[in-house]
Amino acid sequence: MQNPVPHIIRNNTFWVSPERCLFWEEQNTLIIADLHLGKSGHFRKAGIAIPQSVYKADLQRLMSQLYLFKVDRLIIAGDLTHSSTNKELDLFIKWRKDFSLLHIDLVKGNHDILDDSWYTETDIKVSNKKLAAGPFLFIHDLKQHQKLTEKEKKLYTFTGHMHPAISLKGMGRQSLRFPCFYFAKEYCVLPAFSRFTGTFKVKPEKGETIFAVVENSIMQLP
Amino acid sequence: MEVQHTKGYRVISDWLITKNYTPFLFQQNTWQHIINGESGLVNAPTGCGKTFSVFLGSLIDFINHHPDDYTTLNPQGLQLLWITPLRALAKDIGRAMEEVIRELGMNWKIGIRNGDTSTTERVNQKKQMPEVLIITPESLHLLLAQKGYAGIFSSLKIIAVDEWHELLGSKRGVQVELAICRIVGELESGVVSSEFRVQSSEPGKKTFDSQLMIHDMRLSIWGISATIGNLEEAKEVLLNPLLLLLPLLHSVEKGGCEDPKKSGVIVRAEMNKKIEVESIFPDEIEKYPWAGHLGIKLAHKIIPIIQKSKTTLIFINTRGMSETWYQTLLNICPELAGSIALHHGSIDRELRFWIEENLHSGNLKAVVCTASLDLGVDFRPVETVIQVGSPKGVARFLQRAGRSGHSPDAVSKIYFLPTHSLELIEAAALKAALKENLVESRSPMFLCYDVLLQYLNTIAISDGFLPEQIYKEVISTFCFRHLTKEAWLQILHFITEGGIALNQYDDFKKVEIDNGLYTIKSRKVAMRHRMHIGTIVSDAMMQVKFMSGGYIGVIEEYFISRLEPGDVFTLAGRNLEFVLIKDMTALVRKSSSKKSIVPSWTGGRMSLSANLGKKLREQLDESTVHGPQSTEELEVLKPLFDLQEHLSHIPKENELLIEQIETKDGFHLFVYPFEGRLVHEAMAAILAYRISRITPITFSFAMNDYGFELLSDRPIPVDDSTIYELFSPADLLNDIQRSVNSTEMAKRKFRDVAVIGGLIFQGMPGEKKKARHLQSSASLLFNVFNEYDPGNLLLRQSYQEVLDQQMEEVRLRDMLERIQQSKIVITFPKQLTPFCFPIKVDSMREDLSSEKLEDRVRKMHQELD
Repeated sequence: MQNPVPHIIRNNTFWVSPERCLFWEEQNTLIIADLHLGKSGHFRKAGIAIPQSVYKADLQRLMSQLYLFKVDRLIIAGDLTHSSTNKELDLFIKWRKDFSLLHIDLVKGNHDILDDSWYTETDIKVSNKKLAAGPFLFIHDLKQHQKLTEKEKKLYTFTGHMHPAISLKGMGRQSLRFPCFYFAKEYCVLPAFSRFTGTFKVKPEKGETIFAVVENSIMQLP
Repeated sequence: MEVQHTKGYRVISDWLITKNYTPFLFQQNTWQHIINGESGLVNAPTGCGKTFSVFLGSLIDFINHHPDDYTTLNPQGLQLLWITPLRALAKDIGRAMEEVIRELGMNWKIGIRNGDTSTTERVNQKKQMPEVLIITPESLHLLLAQKGYAGIFSSLKIIAVDEWHELLGSKRGVQVELAICRIVGELESGVVSSEFRVQSSEPGKKTFDSQLMIHDMRLSIWGISATIGNLEEAKEVLLNPLLLLLPLLHSVEKGGCEDPKKSGVIVRAEMNKKIEVESIFPDEIEKYPWAGHLGIKLAHKIIPIIQKSKTTLIFINTRGMSETWYQTLLNICPELAGSIALHHGSIDRELRFWIEENLHSGNLKAVVCTASLDLGVDFRPVETVIQVGSPKGVARFLQRAGRSGHSPDAVSKIYFLPTHSLELIEAAALKAALKENLVESRSPMFLCYDVLLQYLNTIAISDGFLPEQIYKEVISTFCFRHLTKEAWLQILHFITEGGIALNQYDDFKKVEIDNGLYTIKSRKVAMRHRMHIGTIVSDAMMQVKFMSGGYIGVIEEYFISRLEPGDVFTLAGRNLEFVLIKDMTALVRKSSSKKSIVPSWTGGRMSLSANLGKKLREQLDESTVHGPQSTEELEVLKPLFDLQEHLSHIPKENELLIEQIETKDGFHLFVYPFEGRLVHEAMAAILAYRISRITPITFSFAMNDYGFELLSDRPIPVDDSTIYELFSPADLLNDIQRSVNSTEMAKRKFRDVAVIGGLIFQGMPGEKKKARHLQSSASLLFNVFNEYDPGNLLLRQSYQEVLDQQMEEVRLRDMLERIQQSKIVITFPKQLTPFCFPIKVDSMREDLSSEKLEDRVRKMHQELD
């Protein structure tokens, strides 16, 4: 695993990790999006045999990142869970108890449809559409960005939902595709934390920055 | 008993006389075998009364058993199960059968069961099965998914499988095998239990009953197939369950000499149709041919052919090209409007039916079609067939030619129109192959775990199953005869526990075990599974509708997904503007735009057969040894050959040509084994891998049926010193596995396997939106399985399928051995040659790299600026 790469936005330092998360140094906070917990369980409940280890691995990766950066706070920009409740989520509850001091913020995404009681039980602070922190704002879907007030639009926004990926072309008509962090001027789209997710191809414009997750390392483009 | 002396024969031949038909010898032979209770395979071309061979046989047999009351008997339950690969065929066959029944004054009902059968009809069939049921393999499996299905088959006498050569070698063929083993197994267990009943009850009358039952249980299986290279094997595949599961029954009945019954018979209709092949030549040979380009330019040449003959079928290899052809023909000959039609798999069913009806009645002058009209009943008015582009194999060419000149002694006339000038060699090769009657084989499939998974779920939905019984049946099929107990247990584990799991945190629900009986209880899962049974044939398709509501057809999802709103594409001969996707339907409006994108469908990527490849190499040799005068086609190609010889070389039969060319795209390596697209794809990957072991290098590759290309951004280190080693058959399997792994060929296969095995859920009609939570892409699943469950059977199957079908491993090995014996000629042309040009413009590409991923990205990154 290669070391995270620093990226500075509005005088704050964000460490871009190849484990598909951002570490916000000033606030000692880890930022992720689209964990889709229980997705494999949801499939399995419907009789579609997806190996469950993919779910376990996602949680373990999250745990190792939390230990690595020793964070106080975790902000999830939407889609913590995939669907209605299933037994896989019980494993998350158990896991949550081991991290009881961690403060977790969730900005609700389109997949976050569990009862309020579940979030109470897991001690997750839920914001319905957006969450502001310092000069930054967290939302789930970039589409929400237009609906923000002028004041809010001045804040730099972190979003998820898109599962961005970058496609690279080379000589001899070669082409490769990687999940990526997409930093535009006003906002950043995070890659999906879960590895059991599809991707959406983005086309960056001039002046925008892409950090591609290439296996176990981060590569900045261009 | 000789069939001629039976009552049934007399009834049938009296009827034939009234129709002015004389039965063919092969039909009479089939009838004899049927009344003997034997099974087998009828080998006859379409349009020679093959349907009547088996159908009338079953009637004769029935009349013989009920000589006095055959016209008045009440419903007898299912007598004849007629499995056909094509829905469209069912209607015509049913109509022909009904006519016979009516004119014989019998009470039999003919039922059709397929995706088009209405619910009321289904319910009626459930109450009282018709005597004849015409069914597709998918619908047969749906029948097995019905509660109490076993009762349907208790009266069955004959299972007939029509167009078996089409089903053999496909997963639908495996479906047929599995359904047969279930039916045979059910009948066998029925016999066993009836014997058991006799023992436990009073003797006398009951014993008589049970003997009668055993007699009535006799089941024959008959396949009907066009000529293929491996008829004997085709028969074995079909009859295997019968031989293994019912030996007892057969020996009971005939007491001893059951030999023909054991192995079955092959009845051949010795009819040699005369076939005349004529090439359509371009006025000027282009020295740089490329695929698809030339064909359209020759369109004006077929107008006189169309006008001259009553009805013409124009076979085009891909749906995309057929759209273009249809448009072009209308443009250059507007008076054809109204008497020309377009027929392919994406066109609305209703419209296709309409076209078929009008083909029968002779109202259409010409139909532009794809393989969609390859099969089935003959259209008598068809006089001429035009084949556009390579037919890829001798058998297919033969079949298509046979669509014309319908009466048995007429000459079939087929025109060959090349889509690039090099294809003219193929015409010469086809002629040579036809002379020698060199027809390809169809290899049956082995161990299709995905189909087995689907099948087990199917019978779990209806009445549930006992693993011991089903295992015995499944290994009686040809496909699964080598299924190990271990793999079987793994499959059972997969459907009950869902494979690898987190144990306590799991609510996987599919098949549950209830007192040893494996069943599916959840109605939701059952519903979803039923939706899945038809998925073996279909890709992910999307409906195309007008904004105002009219239905146009279906189209591959991946094509639609690449369109932007406002783009114009062609479907069913119309230019359509894409508006939006809603509820898995692409909404469009009419467009008057002249320019449009023609969808490229994946179906067209068939590979050249080994037989045809061999003939091609011989023809090339011919052109160099005997000079181009030897055949018309070679003569016409002379300018192209001259340029090829001037720039590079024309390979002789015992030579392999390799060209190395440098262009602004990079460094090209062209190799010409003439072994078909699939073998070339595999060989390209292996060669790339072997070269990359010498030095870190990245290739992309392209291929067509004649050769393949490796393209790199640096010089490719291939020369006389290494060349034979690079083409060595040694260590082939390992190299295949390593190169397959890196090229991820298996990923593409996995899509189909995962869909059939039920891992990818395509959604139900009306519920498509809700199901979105359950959707995921095949490539994602492939990665997840590779990483977290590498031993998964479906994953292993994908790799195996790549080996068998995608790479045609046996053929690949043959090719390498042939190359070792030949002379390898390497040339360094200064510019692109006529041979390489068609490959270069083909855009389907694969990657293989031995460079580190990060290095590649760094390199690409520099390209980006």
